[in-house]
Amino acid sequence: MIDILREHGLFLLVGQFPNGPIGGLVATILIAVLGLLLSFPCAVLLALARVSSYGWLRHPAAAIIAFFRAMPFLMVIFWGYFLLPWLLGRPVGGFATMVAVLVIYESSYLAEVIRSGIEGVGKGQSEAASSLGMGYWQTMLLVILPQALHNSLPAMLGILISIIKETSLGYVISVNEFTFASVQVNSLLLTKPVEVFSIVAITYFILCFMLTQVARTLDRRIQRRRTRETSDDSPPTGQPLVTAV
Amino acid sequence: MTYQIDFSNILTMEYMVRIAWGILLTIELGICAWLIAAVMGVLLTILRMTPSRLLQAAVAVFVEVHQNIPLLVQIFFWYFAIPELLPADVTAAINAANGEFIFAVCAIGFCFSAYVSEALRSGIRAIPTVQYESGRALGFSFLSTFRYIVAPEATRLALPSLTNITLLLFKNTSLAAAIGVNELTSVSRSIESSTFRTFEIFTIATTLYLIMSAAIVVIGWKLEKSMRDAVERGAGR
Repeated sequence: MIDILREHGLFLLVGQFPNGPIGGLVATILIAVLGLLLSFPCAVLLALARVSSYGWLRHPAAAIIAFFRAMPFLMVIFWGYFLLPWLLGRPVGGFATMVAVLVIYESSYLAEVIRSGIEGVGKGQSEAASSLGMGYWQTMLLVILPQALHNSLPAMLGILISIIKETSLGYVISVNEFTFASVQVNSLLLTKPVEVFSIVAITYFILCFMLTQVARTLDRRIQRRRTRETSDDSPPTGQPLVTAV
Repeated sequence: MTYQIDFSNILTMEYMVRIAWGILLTIELGICAWLIAAVMGVLLTILRMTPSRLLQAAVAVFVEVHQNIPLLVQIFFWYFAIPELLPADVTAAINAANGEFIFAVCAIGFCFSAYVSEALRSGIRAIPTVQYESGRALGFSFLSTFRYIVAPEATRLALPSLTNITLLLFKNTSLAAAIGVNELTSVSRSIESSTFRTFEIFTIATTLYLIMSAAIVVIGWKLEKSMRDAVERGAGR
């Protein structure tokens, strides 16, 4: 295992980076973080539409979310892989395709997380805000969303974990990321699949497990603070940390 | 460049049959993996409830490992690495009997058993201890308290997340395409590359997946409703 790491460790970590496009584990993390950051605004808008009092906003948002929850991510990747170059009229690299597809797919999951955060903020908060003369946007931006986003931080970390895991599917459209790099190393060595895939599995495990622990600690802290502070009728969000695969 | 949408190339007998086989294999994958996940999930939950610290820790490690490694990597591990670890004649026997399918089922099933056991555990933890105590006070043994009082209630509580997990499992059968199982995603990919009717074939596959996912969600709702009704009937009596 050590000699594989010595021989191919750098390739697994950054791909051919100084001499070529970035790849490997670093690309996986970059794609995942970019995917999360870019899907965040889409998710907030989608969540706001989902809890809107206007039916013409609420129903399409619910339909979009239901659609992507029912769709295998692999199918969405293939759609993106063929549709994006056609829509843009020029070739799109694997890295960009993967980020775009993740944004499209994960926005729905993130929107559900944010929605339950919004619904977890007590009704008294929005009533108090409107009695102070605040309009919809003021109430949302200054009162509801800050609390909702803070409370759904652990669940958002959960989404980051599932994004990291889902980035591995970039393999099927030959995106230069960690899983793809490891399959390349595996077919180069040919006789050491146990070692290669153990290295890959252990690396993913360390990365995701650390994030899971951070999410759990955050969750406990937020729950404790909420039960101490809130004596009103707001129910605890208590979102279980179930991450998509 | 204009793209004429034209289903006539796709909707031929040959492709329809291939798509039908793809659907069948997707459903087979889903059912086999689900059975493994359900049986293993219950087993893990039982092991976790035993007083042995060692067993509890082992189950916790199993769950964390399967939840924190991408399913695709788990599938690759089963497909590429496990055959090296098994005796040669066992590997040969598995490969003779459609190895890709068996390894994909194992990978997906084992991965989701971790999720199932977590759902069942949180269902059981939601049952107040008073339930056990009243069961014992009524003369039930510990096991029959669990069998007749705690387990039905816990299953009912865990049902929404179990439906969710079933949906996730079903969607993720598509990953078996990566090791060459000819299920719906893989079939539509190969039809795409032989006809170049990208839009049409993916529309068909997408619609089929939506229908099957919707069926799972509806079955979940029906089960939830029938369990709720059963509770209400019991309370009204």
